[in-house]
Amino acid sequence: MKYLHLIRAALMRRKTRTVLTILSVLAAFLLFGLLDGVRVAFNSGGTLAGVDRLVVSSRFSIIQSLPESLVNRVAAVQGVRLVTWANWFGGYFREQKNQMIIFAIGPGYFDAYPDYGVTPAMAEALASTRSGVLVGKAVADRFGWKVGDKLPILGSIFPNKATGETTWTFDIVGIYQAPLAANRALEQQILLNWKYFDEANAYGGGQVGWIVVKVADPADSARVAQAIDALSANSDHETKTQTEQEFNLSFAKQIGDIGLIVTAIIGAVFFTLMLLTGNTMAQAVRERMPELATLKTIGFTDRQVLALVFGESVLLILIGGVFGLVLATLLMPIVTEASGGMIQMPPVGWRSWGIGIALMIAVGAIVGILPAWRAMRLRVVDALAGR
Amino acid sequence: MQHFTGLLRGLLMALLIVVSIALWIVLPAAALLGLAILLAAWMGLTRVGRQAAAITRIGIATLPQRLGASSVIIIGIAGVVGVLVALLALAGGLQQTLRGTGNDDTAIVVRGGASAELDSGLSRESATLIGQAPGIARDASGQPIVSAEVVVVTNVPKKSSGTDANVEIRGVGPRSWAVRPNVRIVEGRRFEPGLRELLVGQGARQQFAGLEPGETIILNAQQWQIVGVFASGDAHESELIGDAETVAATYRRTGFQSVTVRLESPAAFDALKAALASDPRLKVDARTTRDYYSRQSAGLSKVIRIVGIVIAAIMAIGAVFGALNTMYAAVNARAREVATLRAIGFGATPVLVSVVLEAMLLALLGGALGALIAWLLFHDYAVSTLGANFSQVVFRFDVSPPLLGTGVRWALAIGLIGGLLPAVRAARLPVTTALRES
Repeated sequence: MKYLHLIRAALMRRKTRTVLTILSVLAAFLLFGLLDGVRVAFNSGGTLAGVDRLVVSSRFSIIQSLPESLVNRVAAVQGVRLVTWANWFGGYFREQKNQMIIFAIGPGYFDAYPDYGVTPAMAEALASTRSGVLVGKAVADRFGWKVGDKLPILGSIFPNKATGETTWTFDIVGIYQAPLAANRALEQQILLNWKYFDEANAYGGGQVGWIVVKVADPADSARVAQAIDALSANSDHETKTQTEQEFNLSFAKQIGDIGLIVTAIIGAVFFTLMLLTGNTMAQAVRERMPELATLKTIGFTDRQVLALVFGESVLLILIGGVFGLVLATLLMPIVTEASGGMIQMPPVGWRSWGIGIALMIAVGAIVGILPAWRAMRLRVVDALAGR
Repeated sequence: MQHFTGLLRGLLMALLIVVSIALWIVLPAAALLGLAILLAAWMGLTRVGRQAAAITRIGIATLPQRLGASSVIIIGIAGVVGVLVALLALAGGLQQTLRGTGNDDTAIVVRGGASAELDSGLSRESATLIGQAPGIARDASGQPIVSAEVVVVTNVPKKSSGTDANVEIRGVGPRSWAVRPNVRIVEGRRFEPGLRELLVGQGARQQFAGLEPGETIILNAQQWQIVGVFASGDAHESELIGDAETVAATYRRTGFQSVTVRLESPAAFDALKAALASDPRLKVDARTTRDYYSRQSAGLSKVIRIVGIVIAAIMAIGAVFGALNTMYAAVNARAREVATLRAIGFGATPVLVSVVLEAMLLALLGGALGALIAWLLFHDYAVSTLGANFSQVVFRFDVSPPLLGTGVRWALAIGLIGGLLPAVRAARLPVTTALRES
């Protein structure tokens, strides 16, 4: 540590070069910060995913629903603490581009999902208003909706039994706000009573899209899942029970192998970065041979010289890298905010920071090793003579 | 005062760079070619131009001595261009596939307000009424060429990940072969109406497991046999097709999702649309299939394009700093040489031009390398994603010549910025001090 000022002097020797190198390292780690968040979000199945929740859906396909009668049988499975269900509704508000995330939810939904921040009073208001809906704050703010407003929706799939058309009118009975910033995405949703949906849609009743199960003991999930699937084996509504995380992941995986694409891009970025900084370091050491020789002459050991050059390289990358990650950390919420919650950029988590710092040290070490070796092996006489 | 002029010069420089980049992006390829010819003419015909050519030649001749540093520009830019071209090719491939699925000779009718077939539902009566509308072509027996279709989704594991993916099953009517003449059997035979038989699209067969001819798959707890493979060169290749009535029976459906019709001529579409709109018994939307499928790709391909450009732009900024570094080093290394040239009568402009040209040449090499790598790795590579029907659409990366051009254009822009500032330094090098320095 006492040689830090020597490293600093070495970095300040050619300010332009150091600044330019740091800026390109910054660009690389900014990109890493942005992309790694996306990779983690896609690979973890979202921050909301509870470990104690299972999702029971049709084994055959996403478009097939399950009979409501299954709910009670699932509830009777040993180890199940709580059961609720939901149906995809979907639709748009006024224009086709305003696509809405709408679910019809069964009773007890908010007991399974406290993450929504729906108060008991709100849940009660929803239950007691047939055509009531709860609306997330983000989507309510986007369109300026207030409690008490009528909400006309052109539903995506289900026609209204009364009219035969897919236009539905709901009453907004509450606007909820997710308490955790990580769950802001939930505020994009609109939730309506499954009971009303079931009675009023023309495609027939008694069907649920998927069943949500809260298990008493998360360690017991695998057994509970098997027991639930056994209930409907060989029937025409066979189920597939997954943890919520697996369920979400299977959707993310369908969009494409985001993880692979991101890794490939980061790989290309870091390959380029290593070449670039490696060249800079080689140049810096080549220029400074006589100076390093002087250090050795006045008593610095081979190892100390090696450590000096090595430290210089790692420090160079660390400075640029940390600035890059800080920039990414600051930028993510701004993008989310500026898009009005439309784009949910995942914040740069401690995992990304951990991997990032490890990468900085690794890149610094790799690009530093050759110049450092060269500096250690230099012969004082030759170097001083400029040979 | 000196400080002030320095600031002014810096501002002018920044403005110049911004303007040239803006020009660079808007100018059509022909104008760029013209610019290159103009430059070549200048270098061949005028005295200053010939000087510039001479210095550039020296610079290029000494490039091998600065191979390590120069490769930073080449590889850095190759990385930017490779990522940019790959992501744009992904977006382009998706758009190409979906746009190519539709044409102006056929129209698709869905329930009013439905944004995709999976959202739509049409009763049997509606389907019959749609078939009787004007503007629809008729076959030799006088029957309208229409196909009322059932669209469902089933889980099939993806070959690459082994996880379940949503695959579209399309039940088609007996005249669907006339509605889509581009669908041809490449292996096996057609399905028999009334039997649980399916044809698999080439793309689906390649991407998903267990879809070889002869194998059976389970649809809603019933066994279906795959009897053949079809090619259509469009998004339908991501689907399995079977008989509409049999698919509907398996899923206990009574109605259809859409009706696709062959038009008498592209001009007949307006008549069809008007007739359907004015029929009080129907509440449907009619669109040409070109319109319908183009719209499906618009959102996702735009997102991929924006993401690609943002990532490439951040990488490009990094590459610019790398190029600046290299070119500053090159200028420093050649300071005496440049000063000597200046002393024997070469002007400042030729020096400036030669440094910029050298940077752009290296950039061009890098851009070409990146584009080549993207082409070798990705061209025609098949991938799939979740499409509008909440099911997988198989498409191929499309590394097209215009995209390669875009890549090279980006490369040259990076080279220009990376070369300009060092070039100014080289041109303004005080001759006497540079000569004295060792």
